[in-house]
Amino acid sequence: MNQDLPVIIVVVPLIVSFVISFTGWWTRRLPFILSMAALSVCLVCSVLIFATILDQGTIQYHIGGWPPPWGIEYKIDSLNAFMLVLISFLSFVTAIYAKKTIEKELPDKIFLFWCLYLLLITGLLGIIVTGDLFNLFVLLEVASLSCYSLVAVGDKRATVAGFRYLIIGTIGACFYLLGVGYLYIATGTLNMGDLAQLLPAIYGSRTVITAFVFIFIGFAIKIAIFPLHAWQPDAYTHAPSAVSVIISTAVAKTFTYALIRIIFSVFTVNFIKTIFPVMDVICWLAAIAIIVGSVYAIVQDNLKRMLAYSSISNVGYIVLGIGLAASTSLGLTPAVMHILNHAIIKGALFMAACGFIYKHNLRNIKDFSGLSRKMPYTALVLIIASLAMIGLPPGAGFVSKWYLILAAIEAGQYPFVVVIFISTLLMLVYFWRIIETMYIKHENEGEPIKSAKVQELPMSMMIPGVCLAALSFIIGIMWISGFFNSFLKTLNQSLKLGVIQ
Amino acid sequence: MNDVLTFIISRSNYIIYILLMMLGMYGIFAKKNYMKKIIGMNILQTAIILFFISISAKRGATIPILEIHNDHGTHATAQAINYINPLPHVLMLTAIVVAVATLGVALAMAIKIYTDFKTIEEDKILSELEKNAKNENG
Repeated sequence: MNQDLPVIIVVVPLIVSFVISFTGWWTRRLPFILSMAALSVCLVCSVLIFATILDQGTIQYHIGGWPPPWGIEYKIDSLNAFMLVLISFLSFVTAIYAKKTIEKELPDKIFLFWCLYLLLITGLLGIIVTGDLFNLFVLLEVASLSCYSLVAVGDKRATVAGFRYLIIGTIGACFYLLGVGYLYIATGTLNMGDLAQLLPAIYGSRTVITAFVFIFIGFAIKIAIFPLHAWQPDAYTHAPSAVSVIISTAVAKTFTYALIRIIFSVFTVNFIKTIFPVMDVICWLAAIAIIVGSVYAIVQDNLKRMLAYSSISNVGYIVLGIGLAASTSLGLTPAVMHILNHAIIKGALFMAACGFIYKHNLRNIKDFSGLSRKMPYTALVLIIASLAMIGLPPGAGFVSKWYLILAAIEAGQYPFVVVIFISTLLMLVYFWRIIETMYIKHENEGEPIKSAKVQELPMSMMIPGVCLAALSFIIGIMWISGFFNSFLKTLNQSLKLGVIQ
Repeated sequence: MNDVLTFIISRSNYIIYILLMMLGMYGIFAKKNYMKKIIGMNILQTAIILFFISISAKRGATIPILEIHNDHGTHATAQAINYINPLPHVLMLTAIVVAVATLGVALAMAIKIYTDFKTIEEDKILSELEKNAKNENG
């Protein structure tokens, strides 16, 4: 049974998505119930997979019974299992949140939204479980196409943003496909494990280096690393609320995972350390992204847009973690930490930001004065999550920044320590603006306090936000207490990276 | 000179794929009309299909349907050199499906943009969006 879980987790949302597209025409309530059922199945399966992985190492599933390298293989080790739990949890929580916002924002397209949403989750979970490069391309496009459409179903500006996302995202996918083509020329296989065995013999070849560059640029476009981020702020800002939440958390993180998987499982550490020392370039790109993203975030007035630029800066953190991974004993620990931490925190922040839009149609930070009295709990969610992101110990953001600094010091790359400090200060600036407007400003203007009536979000939107905000500190404490240490150790060992001391 | 010519002729399909790719990229970046951007995107995808088909081709090879009997009716082993590689073709069938799906979504969005703005020229759309943004703030 446990051996079949990887395929169940992909097939269930796919089938339910089709079922919804037919049943949705005559029932209004069924799509939500069906998708919640499918997402719960995914969540349960991913937790079972995680338990199995901790118990016995890896799970392999051969699609159609064809053994690799000829057939498509679904292979799960500790990194995938971790991502599976994260993504299925986030998609479950976001689905609860999405119900009310979709009923308000897209009243006549509810079942179409759920259909696309499940298709998106299918693609994301598929990217995580697959062990085949071309299969990854197809699932990448399944996820991306449903993502483009989900962005575009919003208002006028959303369609333009979605169109731009589609064009730029397709260029990224094409670059990835070209890279896969070059790898196929060089080795004649598409299976990740097989490639990792065949590539060392021809590491020096220009074909392999070109393939690496193409694949890296393709993913850099998809996850919006700084100079290639042009599509991202508009798409995050104008997309419907639930879509902003899911693409800023699950989608961005899954593509980052795919990049990690290809760099460290296909090309392996040896390649990036000795043959093609590209990691310094990647680190500097990430450092620029961290600073520029934060600076842009400061000047934004629209809260969702500010969070979008903050995402660019935080993707920079993850990429910096990837860049430093090969040269320290911490390995991928900082990158993996920040993937989890940023997904949780940014989810809470976007949920709060979209909550303001849902209840009072407030998008711009300057209009937020007095919100702490009108929506005390949502405001509190925003504050807790932003404190965790700035790096108040023991918040999750603090832990990942701490480990990034440790990694930078160990690698002898002191400029990055400075970069992290500067960006923390900038983060403080842009989050403080919100806190100031919400909590302090209205007192000065002498506005009568009693007049502001409490108008909170409905429970189904409240609970996911509170849950994620609480998790942002609980996870920080769990990292510090060493709860994940043995897991991180196996993760780094499986990718032949440094061992945690 | 002769070497250059033989190089170009022997790798003409790869050179054409790069030219097509650049053409597609040019269409995407330089053209302001959304329809032309979509066409550029499609040319880019087609270029990659040409690339994959090129890598599977062999001189003097035939379609990969195995003849496992020789003239005397006994078993013979198939020589890979006699058959073109079928795998890139299969991959490209999938890539064509992906390209068609992308095209469909892009055209649907172009239609929605046209009904919203009554134009698909990017500069006009952007200036209208800016006007709207100013009205909202001011």
